[in-house]
Amino acid sequence: MTITLDQTIKQKQQSWLASVLGSQTVWILLSVILACIFLSFATDSFATAKNLYNITRNVTFVAIIALGMTIVIITGGIDLSVGSVLCLCSMVLAVVMHGGYSIEVGIAASIGTALVIGAFNGVLIAYLRFPPFVVTLGMLSIARSLAMVASNNTVVFQFGPDHDKLLALGGGAWFFGIANPVLYMIVLALFTGFVLRWTRFGRYIFAIGGNEHAATLTGVPVQAIKVVVYMISALSAGVAGIIQTGWLGAVTTNIGAGMELQVIAAAVIGGANLAGGVGTAFGALIGAALIEVIRNSLGLLGINAFWQGTFIGGAIVLAVLFDRIRNLRQSE
Amino acid sequence: MAVLELTNISKHFGAIQAVNDVSFVLEAGQVVGLMGDNGAGKSTLVKMIAGNFRPSHGTMHMDGQELALHRPVEARQHGIEIVHQDLALCNNLTAAANVFLGRELRRGVGPLKVLDYKAMYRRAGEIFKELKSETRPRDLVKQMSGGQRQAVAIARTMLSEAKIVLMDEPTAAISVRQVAEVLNLIRHLRDRGIAVVLISHRMPDVFSVADRVIVMRRGRKVADKPIAASSPEEVTGLITGAIEQV
Repeated sequence: MTITLDQTIKQKQQSWLASVLGSQTVWILLSVILACIFLSFATDSFATAKNLYNITRNVTFVAIIALGMTIVIITGGIDLSVGSVLCLCSMVLAVVMHGGYSIEVGIAASIGTALVIGAFNGVLIAYLRFPPFVVTLGMLSIARSLAMVASNNTVVFQFGPDHDKLLALGGGAWFFGIANPVLYMIVLALFTGFVLRWTRFGRYIFAIGGNEHAATLTGVPVQAIKVVVYMISALSAGVAGIIQTGWLGAVTTNIGAGMELQVIAAAVIGGANLAGGVGTAFGALIGAALIEVIRNSLGLLGINAFWQGTFIGGAIVLAVLFDRIRNLRQSE
Repeated sequence: MAVLELTNISKHFGAIQAVNDVSFVLEAGQVVGLMGDNGAGKSTLVKMIAGNFRPSHGTMHMDGQELALHRPVEARQHGIEIVHQDLALCNNLTAAANVFLGRELRRGVGPLKVLDYKAMYRRAGEIFKELKSETRPRDLVKQMSGGQRQAVAIARTMLSEAKIVLMDEPTAAISVRQVAEVLNLIRHLRDRGIAVVLISHRMPDVFSVADRVIVMRRGRKVADKPIAASSPEEVTGLITGAIEQV
């Protein structure tokens, strides 16, 4: 029997099962599930409603920013400023509301701040061709300093007339007892996943990460898209900041310190490739979930908290190891 | 039939005269081999036709209309397509995604439009079939052979009704078997009535596929004749300067 050209062209390269088994995200998801099952039997306190509520809510802040970070990483960039941007946006919200303005004004000011910072980062990176690492490292310092200036380095815990609304926004559970932040996270993740897979914008993000020069030559508006990408990243930090403010009920100038590393870790564990061109929204959530489960379980198992870093670092290396092994096999 | 007519085209970058007073005509369904040493001005000339550079002097006419290109997109709108030397492919995307890069098919209503994967896979498959290339639209480009990658880059030029296809060193970095594939792809384009400009260093390629050869040296056109009336020895002499002009 001869194989015709038609058959070759129509042939799919991988079966459904092969593509599932080849996906880093699936393996990470599997390890999260296995860890959860193990912890349910090993401890009495893991599978309780209260603990699960805590875990899912703690995941959200890193996960929401990891969605934005994943998009940046797919284009081959990096955003180190997200922790500081989260702090500044929280502080802008707090200061504006503390000054007697409504929650709408506060959120608008906070989102506006995030978009301006993102646009600043993006313009320097896309049009003036600064390395993303340098620009966002600078912004890491600038944004936190501005948060200190805005608040005079005090703790803000009174949010004016709409105080209760803000706390309900972040601390409530409006839908079947699921914490509000979790709902926001799910909606944002679905939206991000849709954009990445189904829109032209999403396609261009992958193209830029795969071969920026090729994208330019084929008429993709590379620079404009890069600016938007850094705005999305800052926006995700701003949104997380607003939600976190409502949950904590207070803002200090050290919230979000070091968070950028957790966020990048979540994105990388979830399958985003720092070289660009690869990443998924679902992976960002799974990566964040794995980190949180590790942190939570160490506490419940009575292991010294100092070990946390070792386990999370190990997870990063292991996750990327899967990817390396797969690539080695392919190149042989 | 003349598709594109270049008249006294020159281009200088500061004091450097890259292309000097070049005129020629491209005919539909004809393959023109553009040859010359490094720095002879071949790429600059082609980049002017593709809209990457604007000529310093001279005019271009397409189907009798004067052509002034400011950006590559405008050249594409006029039916001028280019296959870049490095192919300009994204390894992390599928063949179909690369073919449609920058020209994605979408479906939906009003501003709510999503990528039409099905239509793009189907159309890309049709083009590969037409090119007689065993390239699967769903494969990632990073897993492809040099010849398949070339087919993907060439397939791009067939999305719209191209009149001119410019190819910059398409056979420079691929194996012998794949060279034959690429030369076949070029013949397919020619049979569709497309004018093909083939920039190449490889004498055998040009002599097996081109109808006409243009030789450039130091920015000037030193030969423009039917391939049958020339020989590899003569072209080599023209490239190196051993033969002044014919």
